Amino acid sequence: MLKLEKRPQPSRVFAYLTPVLAVIATMFAGGLLFAALGKNPVEAIRTIFWDPLFGDFAAYYRPQLLVKGGPLILIAIGLSLGFRAGIWNIGAEGQYIVGALCGAAVALAFYPLEAWYIFPLMVLAGALGGLVWGMIPALLKVKFGTNEILVSLMLVYVAENLLAAMALGRMKNPEGRGFPGSRNLKEYPSAFNDEVFVGTGMHWGVLTAFLAVIFAYVLLSRHMLGFSIRLSGEAPRAARFSGVNPARIVLFCLGISGLMAGLAGMFEVSGPSGQISIDFNVGYGFTAIIVAFLGRLHPVGILLAGLLMALTYIGGEIAQGNLGLPSAAIQLFQGMLLFFLLAVDMLTNYRISLVKREAT
Amino acid sequence: MTGTLLSIQGLTKAYPGVVANDSVSFDIGTGEIHALLGENGAGKSTLVKMIYGLVKPDSGTMEMRGAPYAPPEPRSARLAGVAMVFQHFSLFDALDVSENIALGMENPPPLRDLAARIRTVSEEYGLPLDPYRTVGGLSAGERQRVEIIRCLLQDPKLLIMDEPTSVLTPQEVEILFETLNKLRQEGTSILYISHKLEEIRALCDTATILRLGKNVGTCDPREKSARQMAEMMVGSELQTPKGAGATPGEAVLDVSGLTLPAPTKFGTALKNVHLRLHTGEVLGIGGVAGNGQDELLAALSGEMRAARDAIRLKGQDIGHLGPTARRRRGLLAAPEERLGHAAAPDMSLTENALLTGAVREGLATNGFLRWGKARKFAERIIETFDVRTPGPDSVARSLSGGNLQKFVIGREVLQRPEVLVVNQPTWGVDASAAAAIRQALLDLAGDGTAVLVISQDLDELMEVADHFAALNEGRLTETRRTADLTIEEIGLMMGGAHDGMEVAHVEA
Amino acid sequence: MDMDSITPALLLASLMVAATPILLAGIGELVVERAGVLNLGVEGMMITGAIFGFAVTIESGSPMLGFAAAAAGGAGLALLFAALTQLALANQVASGLALTLFGLGLSSLLGQDYVGLKPVQPPAFKIPLLSDIPFIGRVFFSHDLMVYFGLGLVAAVWFMLKYTRAGLILRAVGENHHAAHALGYKVVRIRILAILFGGACAGLGGAYISLIRVPQWTEGMTSGAGWIALALVVFASWKPGRVLLGAWLFGGVTVLQLNLQAAGLAIPVEYLSMSPYLITILVLVIMSADKSRAPASLGRIFHASG
Repeated sequence: MLKLEKRPQPSRVFAYLTPVLAVIATMFAGGLLFAALGKNPVEAIRTIFWDPLFGDFAAYYRPQLLVKGGPLILIAIGLSLGFRAGIWNIGAEGQYIVGALCGAAVALAFYPLEAWYIFPLMVLAGALGGLVWGMIPALLKVKFGTNEILVSLMLVYVAENLLAAMALGRMKNPEGRGFPGSRNLKEYPSAFNDEVFVGTGMHWGVLTAFLAVIFAYVLLSRHMLGFSIRLSGEAPRAARFSGVNPARIVLFCLGISGLMAGLAGMFEVSGPSGQISIDFNVGYGFTAIIVAFLGRLHPVGILLAGLLMALTYIGGEIAQGNLGLPSAAIQLFQGMLLFFLLAVDMLTNYRISLVKREAT
Repeated sequence: MTGTLLSIQGLTKAYPGVVANDSVSFDIGTGEIHALLGENGAGKSTLVKMIYGLVKPDSGTMEMRGAPYAPPEPRSARLAGVAMVFQHFSLFDALDVSENIALGMENPPPLRDLAARIRTVSEEYGLPLDPYRTVGGLSAGERQRVEIIRCLLQDPKLLIMDEPTSVLTPQEVEILFETLNKLRQEGTSILYISHKLEEIRALCDTATILRLGKNVGTCDPREKSARQMAEMMVGSELQTPKGAGATPGEAVLDVSGLTLPAPTKFGTALKNVHLRLHTGEVLGIGGVAGNGQDELLAALSGEMRAARDAIRLKGQDIGHLGPTARRRRGLLAAPEERLGHAAAPDMSLTENALLTGAVREGLATNGFLRWGKARKFAERIIETFDVRTPGPDSVARSLSGGNLQKFVIGREVLQRPEVLVVNQPTWGVDASAAAAIRQALLDLAGDGTAVLVISQDLDELMEVADHFAALNEGRLTETRRTADLTIEEIGLMMGGAHDGMEVAHVEA
Repeated sequence: MDMDSITPALLLASLMVAATPILLAGIGELVVERAGVLNLGVEGMMITGAIFGFAVTIESGSPMLGFAAAAAGGAGLALLFAALTQLALANQVASGLALTLFGLGLSSLLGQDYVGLKPVQPPAFKIPLLSDIPFIGRVFFSHDLMVYFGLGLVAAVWFMLKYTRAGLILRAVGENHHAAHALGYKVVRIRILAILFGGACAGLGGAYISLIRVPQWTEGMTSGAGWIALALVVFASWKPGRVLLGAWLFGGVTVLQLNLQAAGLAIPVEYLSMSPYLITILVLVIMSADKSRAPASLGRIFHASG
């Protein structure tokens, strides 16, 4: 008979080991899944995890790692602060969309003027849009005690409908021959989120994501506010006793995660995606939840997890093209990763021991 | 007494790192009140859980009336006639009395019949109870009645009571003892767990004393003095704390007309609380659990804000300030619940030192943390208060109750408070740690700090407090000199603020 | 604008239909939450039920088999959640999210070959005599069996929680799991059963969308119904009767906005489509003033020590 015993002290070794174990377990289970779909599992796993980095066309795929990883990391960093405090913003997808809409709105308002200040204004608008969208559940929680999980999630559907309304209505390209979607910002130099270093995939959003990692690291490990955030999550009553104002933590965590998601959306629409269209959002806001947990809510962990998740996106696309692996299989694969992570996570806090029943 | 009801032979149960029970043997006679005596951590709870089928022994056997008895689960224990009143009540706040009782019975009758039976039994044993009231709204004493009646309805042969008087006023204790004596006359055996020696001497026929999981002796408690039993229990000569004997000086903390609504549905509202605390004074606040102790602490620590002028510290209004601002001004506190309130269970001792020490110990500059200094502060607490732990990197929950409590109290004491408020400072702590904590509080008062001790342990208050007041349903009685009080007066003060004050006036 | 197509009887009848998916999922989640478990994976279980039910109905030609498969699929996914939270003691919020993400992926993978197909429709079950009553007959007594099943389920859950010992034990476990354990009740086992029940209900709710309400398969077709079901439980203050009321309210809003869309109101359809979600937020705000009814152990991890 197996028995769980709580460890007197969380295990350091397992804290680092569990994400790795989860990835390995997901590879196995994923392999089984791919085999069930009639694909060669070894080849599929190799295509997803190896080819983008070291395959024949790696030179093309490697920059993509940053392009896809950037928004994931930026959003996940914001989410992780809230998750640390026990505040569950799961509406990052909505904040991402609204940030993108606000950023694009600024660009489209100035079109076709070329000026240096347009892009900074777009950044500001994107951040603000995400912030506002994140502050709605925050204010409702602080004022009325409304559950932030449900409100932030409901706002995703509101944002998606808003996006559709904009793409088909006010933001529709007047020269688009009736096709839905806005002007392409890639063709509008003052609004284009270009690569900072040519050929690396490193656009301004990726740079922002790296800055966010450093910011979160310093905040959590060196600053009183970060300590208050962690304390609120570990022991809410102790936090109040210590002098932490819970409302302030809610506002800060939901605000900052909304802001970061909004920025990610804005950088995406002005760069890799280029235009507001009905389905320009690809679920980064939800995948970032997996990234945050896979990175164990630690900034450096999230950096690595974001890159790994970007890898599965890119590898998944390659596998789709080369092996005919359905894109849904990759989505399932990512969901499995979170499952395994949660399952093995108990090893950090609990010890499994074999109990032999003695005859008494 | 006629024969043995339950015979326990060589029960052993080990957990990783500790042997909770080491080959414990004793007999409980029919119609006997048998005391099980021991310190916290002596293994009383584990032993009782084995009798009640919640824990399986590693080895050893039990016999009930000569037949083998090894309950695999509480249900079998109940079928065999064993019933238990838990120390931390196993009640459901949102359910009503009859539903609570039905949950503890094997084959409860329909709720309407059950309610009628509850009424009958409760009157028969002098424990009045309304079967349709929601349990969350009951006082601690009434909640205990629910548990007792739940047991009585099953005609138990053996009734286990775990620290039953810790939540009762002296008057309620007397009622309980009458009930227990009545049960004894009817032939019910009672296993009575306590660490209160005078009680055991007054009530019990036999006492078995546990120390570190071993049975260190069975005796007739009436033939031994309380001190002799205490020394069997602790295993060494006891040291009673000594007051520094400082004379109280000027008033530092002045609470007047403090009124606050109940913070939660089952919480207690504070009603017009007045108190004045002087330098060098220890004021003890007694009262039965759930009469506003947590709320008073929260109001003083700043977790609950009050009106500006309801609380004044050295002449300044501080009622509206939060915990950090109050700490800066010298008002420190240590709440009852160690894990989760006074300390964060999964954070290191260094981080827990930071939890309240940031302002007064300068552990942060411009919001940036000074980990080195925080660690040194934690080390200083550990050293000064003899906290047994591998070091400041250990997480709080890895410490034993006594050690963590020494850390929590030490953390506040070392910050040189002007006023220190503590709630249940020695609750669930072994005797040596309790003595050390009480001594630390007395020493602090000796150095001129005003100390407010909220406690449900009257013996503790009598030992450390110069003055005494009691909380009842959120009201605080007048403050009286401890030395002038009799136990009856204390009981009246605890039983109702109003009566207590009348007594005070009559005496004065 | 054409308002004539909206007749009250038709509107109310379609309200009953629109309310059924969230009613089923909501009453299941209510039982789970009364047992002290917060399963945020309702959306994932619903969509899994939707595809299971759809696929099995297409393959077998039997909607009944389809619904049975949907319940099994939802319960199967719930079993994963139960294993994570009750055995591996994982965080319930995170596990629920994982369940939703996983369910969405699983359903779109399984559903690839079913896009654009039409399932067999179960016959409407007109209750004899009653369905002939003017207006009332049309509104209440001329539906498919699942509508009646949903109503019956609400009544059964209400009765079970209020009058049976099993219901009392379930509530006790959700109220204070330590006390329930001390009295000898099997907290983990009871919770796993509740979670499975919740999963089966969510699966049925999902299948109702793909088999009757829409009826076809599209990716992500539950579009937040699972989350609305979760909000429904809060709205209902954990009381079965009020789940029914809430489901009708949300059903009404949905039907109304769909009818306004069809009537060609001068508002872009996207803004009308937002309305159920905005109403949900509004209702949550109004209801969150009263938190006292929530089961006290809701969302807490239980680990029996010693």
